[in-house]
Amino acid sequence: MNMKVKIGGVEFKNPVMTASGTFGSGAEYSEFVDLNKLGAVVTKGVADVPWPGNPTPRIAEVHSGMMNAIGLQNPGVEVFCKRDIPYLQQFDTKVIVNVCGHAPEEYLAVVERLAQEPVDMLEINISCPNVNANFLAFGQDPKHVEELTAQIKKIAKQPVIMKLTPNVTDIAEIAKAAEAGGADAVSLINTLTGMKIDVNRRTFALANKTGGVSGPCVKPIAVRMVYQAAQAVKIPVIGMGGIQNAEDALEFILAGACAVAVGTANFINPYATLEIIDGIRDYMEKNQIEDIYELIGAVK
Amino acid sequence: MAKLKMTGRIISQEMISPDIYSMWLSAPEIAGQAAPGQFISLYCEDSGRILPRPISICEIDKEKGALRIVYRIAGEGTREFSQKQPGGTMDILGPLGNGFPMEETKGKRVFLMGGGIGIPPMLETAKQCLGEATAIAGYRDQNVFLKEEFEKAGKFVIATEDGSVGTRGNVMDAIRENHLEADLIFACGPAPMLRAIKAYAQEQDIPCYISMEERMACGIGACLACVCKSKEVDAHSQVHNKRICKDGPVFLSTEVEL
Repeated sequence: MNMKVKIGGVEFKNPVMTASGTFGSGAEYSEFVDLNKLGAVVTKGVADVPWPGNPTPRIAEVHSGMMNAIGLQNPGVEVFCKRDIPYLQQFDTKVIVNVCGHAPEEYLAVVERLAQEPVDMLEINISCPNVNANFLAFGQDPKHVEELTAQIKKIAKQPVIMKLTPNVTDIAEIAKAAEAGGADAVSLINTLTGMKIDVNRRTFALANKTGGVSGPCVKPIAVRMVYQAAQAVKIPVIGMGGIQNAEDALEFILAGACAVAVGTANFINPYATLEIIDGIRDYMEKNQIEDIYELIGAVK
Repeated sequence: MAKLKMTGRIISQEMISPDIYSMWLSAPEIAGQAAPGQFISLYCEDSGRILPRPISICEIDKEKGALRIVYRIAGEGTREFSQKQPGGTMDILGPLGNGFPMEETKGKRVFLMGGGIGIPPMLETAKQCLGEATAIAGYRDQNVFLKEEFEKAGKFVIATEDGSVGTRGNVMDAIRENHLEADLIFACGPAPMLRAIKAYAQEQDIPCYISMEERMACGIGACLACVCKSKEVDAHSQVHNKRICKDGPVFLSTEVEL
């Protein structure tokens, strides 16, 4: 049985990855999860310099989901290269580094710094809803997406995934723009911008006022968008958004995702990634599926 | 051994004060590793409430492989917990966080100060204190809880906001009224209380460890939700942030901003 998938020329032992920002650089979850078993570890977003992130409270629970406004706190690319990459190198899994920035120069600085590092792919986060309200428009504008993708592709030594925001009118248009810019793959969805008000304190539940909604409650939206993106582009699509179990993951795969990322579910169950890998394997055995590619995009 | 997620069995559950519940959980793998000042995260049965609730460990019975939590109903999640019956089960993640540095209590006069729902973790801390412990607990009113247990564990002083039991006022007022002195302080409670204790410790020039809280998601240091401000640039974060769930919840009072 084949569970291997290939994205941007990189082969993954199975289609299950971690979603950026929910798994650190793997060290904390390694107490629960054998990282060798994962298709890939996608790291927390890293910028050119350390970012302090937003004030607390940074998270709130919503029904069947949560909201976060961490604000991309990260230690900066220098420490990341010295500490986190060598840590991940110990494991037999692929390493995808999520790259964030406020402006194109900042993304490019990180991509350049990573050029000589032993990482397998880059995921460019042009979709964080919690950093800069003006900049958010960036990932929402197809012209800007295409331009930034092309700029990054010019200097990147690793294949590039553009991570898209769901906070747009037409996801197909944005996915096409990333493809036109030369992206090797797209990943979606990042979180949906939301708001929660604490009626007892009569204020916002999050210090940032708004936050990104994730978890099981966003899954139908994510599946729809992954389907639309997969229909619109030829490059591989990595699907995520509320995946909690193998059945959820299979929905995304059937909708056209080549691989899936598990995020919020790690907080619900630290063993979630491994259980999903096993569950996909069981499903394939039970349904006599020889190759995962028989399932990818099988629902038209 | 390491942290783990497991299903624990509820041994007992009782309301010990209005909205305050005490639960003993059988969870040998977690209890066997747990230390004073650490916490566990408890999952809700209602799948709509996806995040585990972090709750401090009140007592540890390693022989029986059991943990006691004393918690307040703060929302629907803890309300669900309060309705559970002995014999039922709960999914638990733990033990989490660093706990109080018990080795530092050796030969010292130690204040163990708790305010409100910050009182319970001081009980196991009192039981395992290697020095001369004085537990000082601040309650709102006459609804004091864990009194007998604390009295059994050592010296116990009470303050109540309305003066109905012990010193009228807060834990700081109780120290002054009783002319108490210490070489070391461990504390857990609301931020204003911790601020006052930190100032007092600095004035007395004694080390003070405080247990902090914040909204958490992962509970193990990955998601960066529950940070507090650190005085110096933190080695892990490279900014002035420390992770309460992983680097704490117990911090030296001088290393964090309150």
